[in-house]
Amino acid sequence: MTAKTTLTFLLMDGPFENARSTTAMRLIDAAVRRGHDVNVFAYEGAVSLAFAKQTAHANALHGRNAEEENHPLPRKWIAALMAKAAEQGTQLRWVNCGLCVDERGVNEAIPGTSRGGPADFWKMTLASDNTLVIPTK
Amino acid sequence: MKVKVLNIVETAYRATLEEQDDPVIWLCRSIQGAGAGVDVLLVGNAVNYLARDQDASGLSFGGERQTQPPRLAADLEQLMAAGGAVFAAREDAAERGLARERCIEGVEWLDRADVAPLLDRYDRIWYW
Repeated sequence: MTAKTTLTFLLMDGPFENARSTTAMRLIDAAVRRGHDVNVFAYEGAVSLAFAKQTAHANALHGRNAEEENHPLPRKWIAALMAKAAEQGTQLRWVNCGLCVDERGVNEAIPGTSRGGPADFWKMTLASDNTLVIPTK
Repeated sequence: MKVKVLNIVETAYRATLEEQDDPVIWLCRSIQGAGAGVDVLLVGNAVNYLARDQDASGLSFGGERQTQPPRLAADLEQLMAAGGAVFAAREDAAERGLARERCIEGVEWLDRADVAPLLDRYDRIWYW
């Protein structure tokens, strides 16, 4: 049996921009499913991943209404990951950089996330077995 | 007279899972509907958009499952059906081992030397 570890991720990319955000979510999903505790520090554009006002829409070019399109929303992915972590008995702690939030006006984050700063990221790093930063390119 | 735009697409799979399409191809199709004359030249990794056997299904996070994964080759077929041409760089496909038989029909394959003369046929060139 794999020993329980704590992993910290720093994400930097905003939603709907590139594949790195989705890949990061897949890594977090894999860690949670294996029973590891996960910390996420959302930095710069990544603070918009948990923005509560993301809204799905219809897509006329796809010929689908909003329900049929079932457009992915990162905020729902994060909520689903948090629910999975609770089910697994692990911890998924998601901290948004407060200054980055203010710059972008995305203060309404989904429940379960919190506001913090670089010092929180450093504390997470010290308390983790490893840290992966996924920067904007 | 219709303004003709050539969209050179090189950055591939940029946000295709989140958007359930390629946003550039989506924009091209959308402005086709607004009357634009839109053609596409796929270069670099974007040549793989032509592969018929792409399957991006199965993405899920916790209990949240994607139900409408991107269908990039089909989106390009729709663009062609609406009157747009799709060109692709022959060498880029060969370098990546993308065989012609795996690709959708109707694509015009170009050598790199053919690209410069192609540009002269357009009013605007947008590089993505």
